[in-house]
Amino acid sequence: MPANRSIDQGDTLVQAEGLARHFDVSKPLLNRLLEGGGRRILRAVDGVDFAIPRGGTYALVGESGCGKSTVARLSVGLFPPSGGRLIFDGEDVSDLARRSGRDAVPVRRRLQMIFQSPYASLNPLWRVGAIVGEPLLAFGMVNTRQEARERAGELLEHVGLGANDVQKYPHEFSGGQRQRISIARALANNPEFIVCDEPTSALDVSVQAQILNLMQDLQREHGLTYLFISHDMAVVRHMADRVGVMYLGRIVEEAPKRSLFEAPRHPYTQMLLQAIPSFANRDRDHSPAQGEVPDPVNPPTGCPFHPRCPHVNDRCRREVPMLQNTRTGGRVACHGVEEGRLTADQARALSPAVA
Amino acid sequence: MPLDQQRADGSGQDEPLLRVQDLSVVFPTRKQRLVAVDEVSFSIQRGEILGVVGESGAGKSITGNAVMSLIEPPGFLAGGGVYLDGERIDRLGERSLRQVRGKRIGMIFQDPQTSLNPLYSVGEQLIETICTHLPMSRRQARDRAVDLLTEVGIGSPESRIDSYPHQFSGGMRQRVVIALALCADPDLVIADEPTTALDVSVQAQILALLKRLCRDRGTGVKLITHDMGVIAETADNVMVMYAGRVVERGPVDTVVHDPAHPYTAGLMDSIPPVEKEVQRLTQIPGSMPSLRAIPSGCAFHPRCPHAFDRCRQERPDLMPAGDSQAACWLYARHGDPGGGPEAVRRERRRHAR
Repeated sequence: MPANRSIDQGDTLVQAEGLARHFDVSKPLLNRLLEGGGRRILRAVDGVDFAIPRGGTYALVGESGCGKSTVARLSVGLFPPSGGRLIFDGEDVSDLARRSGRDAVPVRRRLQMIFQSPYASLNPLWRVGAIVGEPLLAFGMVNTRQEARERAGELLEHVGLGANDVQKYPHEFSGGQRQRISIARALANNPEFIVCDEPTSALDVSVQAQILNLMQDLQREHGLTYLFISHDMAVVRHMADRVGVMYLGRIVEEAPKRSLFEAPRHPYTQMLLQAIPSFANRDRDHSPAQGEVPDPVNPPTGCPFHPRCPHVNDRCRREVPMLQNTRTGGRVACHGVEEGRLTADQARALSPAVA
Repeated sequence: MPLDQQRADGSGQDEPLLRVQDLSVVFPTRKQRLVAVDEVSFSIQRGEILGVVGESGAGKSITGNAVMSLIEPPGFLAGGGVYLDGERIDRLGERSLRQVRGKRIGMIFQDPQTSLNPLYSVGEQLIETICTHLPMSRRQARDRAVDLLTEVGIGSPESRIDSYPHQFSGGMRQRVVIALALCADPDLVIADEPTTALDVSVQAQILALLKRLCRDRGTGVKLITHDMGVIAETADNVMVMYAGRVVERGPVDTVVHDPAHPYTAGLMDSIPPVEKEVQRLTQIPGSMPSLRAIPSGCAFHPRCPHAFDRCRQERPDLMPAGDSQAACWLYARHGDPGGGPEAVRRERRRHAR
């Protein structure tokens, strides 16, 4: 498809429109025939929209099983979407996962990914030089292994390691250093868009601070665009410009960082923020959060959050709420907010920013 | 009974529930002795929650295991003593240890996935533990198990008691693990990263439960975690560990809001705050040293912004530092050139700007 599709926001680099990914988790056909029971479909991502401006950081936050990592994989074409579209720099790249070799290269070289575990994401049998140099050779940006290794040395210096580290193996590095290697590899092919899937969850806090600072420096220097996936509200607040809160495969609230944290509108966002342990919460012996994320194969009817929501009414149990614009430039999928039962003033009172 | 013979000298009224004195744990390797825990002392009173915080490799879990004599060979207790209610428990034989483990000290591990046996129903595991420690028939033990499950917030326990661990969600499993730890009404609970594997909304529920249970029963708790937020919300006192040593110890309010040791200060400032926006996170340069190469003097000196000569040569012990105690030469009485206690605060203010 030609690259000249016009989209409304001039400077949007990545846009998802109704992006969906369903997994068939049925038992094998024979078991279904013998034991009964129909197909079981897991709607890991069920109609997600977001737009990331060039040079910006969009964060997706949510608890385990909400589909945020699936969105990450969809956004770099590791999975083909089951529905919806992914638009990269004006071009529809929904079919990226199915494109073969040469057709995929022009798009693929512009995106990269940083994974959660620096232990699982580096091949233990390869020297660091080969790991970091691989994208260069794969995308034909250098011609010889020698050149790749030299460039890898420069990249390692760029992320705070030494050029001589190309000779070493991943096991010779600590977790934080390994994550620097992952970042060097992600930068190798000069990408414009980097998907970071929980890049610091496996790291200690003092190392996390080093990596987050490095990522911000690199973003400024190279004009990178980030899709930042995390379960940690504080990290998200530090990194993002705009935040989407996911619950059971959908975005339930989306807003510029400041309004999301200072006046969270969706009851789930409020619950997430209040649940963060802190000194201010010492005296409470009842948790603000109740229940757990339900089984995504059998999601609740109506609003997926209704069994845990303190403001639930009959409509919430019946009808799935759609994202509606708010006055502060965000969007919320909540009947309570739409009907005016939950006001912005209540929201501000619940924010930890004020507490 | 061997327990009584080992009663320490004069266990008076003010003997704390748990007292650990100069505890060292060593792992011998072919090349050298790795000192994982180095002369650590602390105590826990009845009803007190002591938070132990530090980054990976600081020795916080090994300290917890050492209290229970759960150090895996070739590691061993190389020095010091552990006293429970004045009785020395680190030299007990296996049989006497079984009177302590699970009965007087309960343990909650990080991963509820691996601390429950997948082949036995939750009820069988609870009943077995209760029958091991308390003189009860299976019938009575089952009733007690149902009560415990109710107490930890598992709905309709009469029907859930015969379920297997995989039929529970992560949060529910951790509730079962807590019930297991509380089976024999222990005096002390060691909780090693009890909420690390859980989502934040479930974590809040488990922390609230832990706080309530321990307050109601007067149980002492040693809470091991890497999460300062968990400590701030839950603990009464905090012990900060670095490279096998305690670097700071004090009331939670002081340690969280006005840390004395430069490492604690760096740790607190490197956590992104959720209640406000900061331009840039303060970072501690470098990384936690390997046990194979612990720096001379104060182990933190290569990363410390205030290090001076004495820090490189001489190892500091805990000394009074305001309302807490810190193992840092900045707090030594004599006029050292480090800038004194004010240096840490000045540094923090500089970064806060």
